[in-house]
Amino acid sequence: MITRIKDLFTDFDLPRLLIVAFLSTLLVLAFFLGLPVLGLLTDMLNRLGMFGVLVLAMVPAIVAGVGLNFGLPLGILCGLIGGLVSIELDLSGGWAFAAAIAVAVPLATLVGLGYGWLLNRVKGSEMMVATYVGFAGVSLMCIGWIMLPFRSLEMVWPIGKGLRVTIALSGRYERVLNDFWDFTIGDPGSSTGALTIPTGLLLFFGAMCLLMWLFLRSRMGIQMKTVGDNPKFAVTSGMNVNRGRMIGTILSTVLAAVGILAFNQGFGFIQLYTAPMFMGFTAVAAILIGGATVKKASISNAIIGTFLFQGLLVVSLPVANQIMQGGNLAEISRIIISNGIILYALSQVGGGE
Amino acid sequence: MENLEYVLQMKNISKDYYGNCVLKDINLSVKAGEIHAILGENGAGKSTLMNILFGMTVIHSTGGFDGEIMLEGKNINIKSPQEALELGIGMVHQEFMLIPGYSVTENVKLNREITKRNFVSRIFGEKLETLDLKEMAKDTRKALDTLDMDIDEWTRVEGIPVGYMQFIEIAREIDKKNIKLLVFDEPTAVLTESEAANLLTAMQKIKESGIAILFITHRLDEVMEVADNITMLRDGELVAQKKSDETNVIELAELMVGRKVEKIVREKRDEKANRKTILEVKDLRVMMSGEEVKGIDLKIEEGEILGIGGLAGQGKIGIANGIMGIYPVSGDIILKGEKLKLNSPKDSLERKIAFVSEDRRGVGLLLDTSIEINIVVTAMQIKKTFIRNFVLFTQINQKRIKEHTLKMIKMLDIRCRNEKQLIKKLSGGNQQKICIARALTLAPDVLLVSEPTRGIDVGAKKIVLETLVRLNRDLGMTIVMTSSELAELRSVCDRIVIISGGKIEGELKPDSNDTDFGLMMAGEYKKIHSRGDEQS
Amino acid sequence: MQNQKNDKKELDIDLLEISEVVKKFLVANMVTMVFAILGIVGFMFSGLSLPFFVSELLIRMTRNSFLVLALIIPVLAGMGLNFAIVLGAMAGQVAVIAVTHWEIPGVWGLLLCMALSVPLALVFGYLTGKLLNKTKGKEMIASLILAFFANGIYQLFFLVLLGGVIPMQNEVMILSGGVGLRVSINLATSIKDAADHIWRLSLPWSALSFSALTVMYVGIRRYLNRAKKMEERTIRKHLVYVALVSILALWSLYIMNTDSMFNNIRIPIVTVIAIIVVCIFTTFILKTKLGQDLKTVGQDRHIATASGIDANRIRIIAIIISTILAAWGQIFFLQKMGILLTYGAHAQVGLFAVAALLIGGASVSKATIGQAILGVVLFHTIFIVSPLAGKNIFGDAQLGEFFRAFVAYGVVGLSLAMHAWGKQIQAGNSLKS
Repeated sequence: MITRIKDLFTDFDLPRLLIVAFLSTLLVLAFFLGLPVLGLLTDMLNRLGMFGVLVLAMVPAIVAGVGLNFGLPLGILCGLIGGLVSIELDLSGGWAFAAAIAVAVPLATLVGLGYGWLLNRVKGSEMMVATYVGFAGVSLMCIGWIMLPFRSLEMVWPIGKGLRVTIALSGRYERVLNDFWDFTIGDPGSSTGALTIPTGLLLFFGAMCLLMWLFLRSRMGIQMKTVGDNPKFAVTSGMNVNRGRMIGTILSTVLAAVGILAFNQGFGFIQLYTAPMFMGFTAVAAILIGGATVKKASISNAIIGTFLFQGLLVVSLPVANQIMQGGNLAEISRIIISNGIILYALSQVGGGE
Repeated sequence: MENLEYVLQMKNISKDYYGNCVLKDINLSVKAGEIHAILGENGAGKSTLMNILFGMTVIHSTGGFDGEIMLEGKNINIKSPQEALELGIGMVHQEFMLIPGYSVTENVKLNREITKRNFVSRIFGEKLETLDLKEMAKDTRKALDTLDMDIDEWTRVEGIPVGYMQFIEIAREIDKKNIKLLVFDEPTAVLTESEAANLLTAMQKIKESGIAILFITHRLDEVMEVADNITMLRDGELVAQKKSDETNVIELAELMVGRKVEKIVREKRDEKANRKTILEVKDLRVMMSGEEVKGIDLKIEEGEILGIGGLAGQGKIGIANGIMGIYPVSGDIILKGEKLKLNSPKDSLERKIAFVSEDRRGVGLLLDTSIEINIVVTAMQIKKTFIRNFVLFTQINQKRIKEHTLKMIKMLDIRCRNEKQLIKKLSGGNQQKICIARALTLAPDVLLVSEPTRGIDVGAKKIVLETLVRLNRDLGMTIVMTSSELAELRSVCDRIVIISGGKIEGELKPDSNDTDFGLMMAGEYKKIHSRGDEQS
Repeated sequence: MQNQKNDKKELDIDLLEISEVVKKFLVANMVTMVFAILGIVGFMFSGLSLPFFVSELLIRMTRNSFLVLALIIPVLAGMGLNFAIVLGAMAGQVAVIAVTHWEIPGVWGLLLCMALSVPLALVFGYLTGKLLNKTKGKEMIASLILAFFANGIYQLFFLVLLGGVIPMQNEVMILSGGVGLRVSINLATSIKDAADHIWRLSLPWSALSFSALTVMYVGIRRYLNRAKKMEERTIRKHLVYVALVSILALWSLYIMNTDSMFNNIRIPIVTVIAIIVVCIFTTFILKTKLGQDLKTVGQDRHIATASGIDANRIRIIAIIISTILAAWGQIFFLQKMGILLTYGAHAQVGLFAVAALLIGGASVSKATIGQAILGVVLFHTIFIVSPLAGKNIFGDAQLGEFFRAFVAYGVVGLSLAMHAWGKQIQAGNSLKS
């Protein structure tokens, strides 16, 4: 039992302890500042569900040995296209969301195939290449958003060419997951606010995690893990290293596509153009905060990380606004924390000699 | 006072790593203008002795050493390689310390560049002095001339023949103004015969200029050719010190190997039984850098334990890796009369050949994964066992895995907390048992085991070897065991082939005499015997 | 008859060799060539007049070359492309903000900026170097993330702390709330055009003096080395130089006597000299003991350490030099712009400098001054022409803007991927041989 506790403690390394401490302090502060704590908690749960799948997308990439997938925007772009097609087809409600996923997944598979091919050729430099391939993809699609033949009046600029920067999803699939079987505890009017559980959203995220868990326990999943853990070992066990990495990359890309759709439905808008640029970094930071490293990640890392990181963002904004005037403290702390944690993870890989 | 004639004296040098004695009472004296050879197998203590001489951190961080070192009669205490260099002790490395993108001159003068002052350096210090390329080239030319090298001093090292590279390294050492003692660490290992001959000539020349040379090697004929005196190490002890004109290759070979062989209890195999060949390789060539195999024909009989021995770097490791298809391979591998698909580990595994790698931690294990997954993962992929099929997807069969793992833990006496423990927390011996357990899970016909006892303690060594013998005797498994430790091969194998220079030097019985083993290890056996044929 | 046949054979081999050389050249300079062609095509579609284009290009060259040159030394020290020059740019901006606050105008303001930025850049460079030593083999991604991270700290300082926790009184610069700097700060009261306006010459005169100086340089070199036999390559290089500048001189003489628009282009001579000084400085450093150590560490860290070079220290020095150059580069950039976008001016510095260097033909492990300058020319050509070309071809200027962002990111990605791929192929080959 004691060793168990010890293990748990060593698992929680310094940065994670800091984040947990910081988050708890913020929550306590929020309480004393008279902020609606339950309302904040609702936001945290919403954000967990909305952002969770994007963070979960890191798991297959890290496990397959590709490393932190900074190329997440590639998958996100596929998801966005899926979302746009669903609106173009004039669908609404759950069917619109399902259609978006149905379009996005095969597209992401194709993109993942090409992306995986590239990453198999740049072993050892995946992160840097992925980052810039992601950036390049986003800026290429900036051209795409102008050129693609979408017609729906909800999406295109009334005058001029191309799609709008943000497209509202009201009447389409806004909050289809969030509002599915949701229920509220407490009185929204009270000083602590009320806690609303977004059941559908959490179920969806939970289902994704379950699928991932099942996959990691399948023969193919074990093969992927082995390839990522020790490629030389994998070779001597008759496995195809490139294939394992390819599966990981494709899965990661597909999950990114699904993830952005889950995010958009909760957010209520589709954001195009440069918006997806840094989403990869946020996801990377979240899973690292959850305790993953450049080489190891688990589903629990993704869940804990999303909760901590998004929770931090949710809580820090109102608290910061209460304490300090001016400046965009929440955004600044997001930049510092997310990049700080990535730097920390990179410096732990070694190479110190 | 008489000590002054010696450049280097090492007196009563002893060293242990955590109680494990690796050098015991070594005495060594080298005169100016003498070539002194240090001979011994891998692990005899040659490199530890040199590490002590150069004050490497491995020595100091493990509690230092006993004994004293004197340079030109003065007691010295070397703390770092840098200090050794300053005292005039130089080293010609086995792997080249050359920068390919640099010219010969820049390499010879690496970090000893000649500089001249300029107006910036007067303010900001000598780091900003400009390089005096002319002077650097002049010095380099002189060093190259000493070695009779007519290569241009401005040629880039990239692309020049390997044989020349060694000379550039030597040129760097003799260019050092105060050089007194030069250590050659297996300098001929990567050279062709003619290049090696050139090198030996160069060594003679350096010797004539009054520099003392320590020549570390295992090539006996080279030693006989150039060395004045010979020190022989075995298992960390000094076995003999001889003048080279008072000994011969055969005596040296015997000295190098001779030791008691402890036979692991085992009834002798019936020699007369008519045995089938289970695995045969024809003209096997394996591109494994550092352990290249250059054409081997070998027949492995069903139910035997075949030992593959030889010195490090001679290619013995490459054979098993080649048969498994892990490194690029050519030739024919025939298993039970059928050709194996080359370069396909999967095919080799599917045809019931299992492999325990020599690089346990790097290749043989998933260190961050549980014992049970390590044991079953290969079988899961190759034989599709331990999984449950649900039409569209598969899941691991946790129950069967646990059963099997517990069986293996019991059978091989693996000491662990439970079957879920992470491999990296196990001791070396237990890790090795896991590797064997994984191979056994494949139920192989032929088991290839490389360096099964490397880096594990004595007790575990015995258990591992006994396990192999038991597998062979009880289950009739054919075992091919590759090892650097001859004694170990002799204690369990039915026959032993010795590899030298990527080829088979010869085949011996475990109880053949030490001289033959020594000659084969040193790659001298064929030479001496063919010479004998000519004479008769 | 026999002879003739042999001759023909030799000729064939010669031709083969030449085509081989040409092929190699094309493959090695593929990126540069593609962008040269893109630039020319873009220029043709942009409808810009040549003098206007040249004037724009020269402005951008004098403004941005400095920052690209700051990348060279870390590349040679084997640390890859130093995206963390953003930190250097920040150091420069901090100095500029201080000097603007004190309202010290002109050359003195500029010199003070440069002096002030040095200690800051030293500290930033040291810390960057320390971090990069902890992330060996992953320096580039680490320096990239570090740049983002530092941007957060920078914003925290200037947007949240300054005026609040750290007192500062300046109505012009501080936001109306009393906390945080304004998004843009006018530098008219400090260093605007401080270097550029010291001395300007018209383009033809500048070109003429440049030609004269080059000829003088070649002459002096030949005179100094008269005793030594020169390498054929050097001689050929000198000949090419002289030929090129002669054409340039003739052209300038011709322009001077026309009323071409080229006569209206004015070159900021002091800035150009500053850039040339940085080029000379870089060349000089590489010829010193320090430079040799830098290159040795870059070529093989293991051998460098074994031969007694303190690789970690050398790597930190390389980053410090790079950071200081970047700080100065940013100061020169800002004096030209005349306005400081407090939270945006530094953000893309790393990307644009890196992209320019790569377009010039450099790679993660090799970079020269020539590649840096060529890269600036090509990269900024694309920058100048793409909005107009985009408008003329697709009827949308925004397309061109997105296109150039795509170019910047794409070229970095492509170049990194090709380098990594090449390394992998090489590793595979060495395994086989």
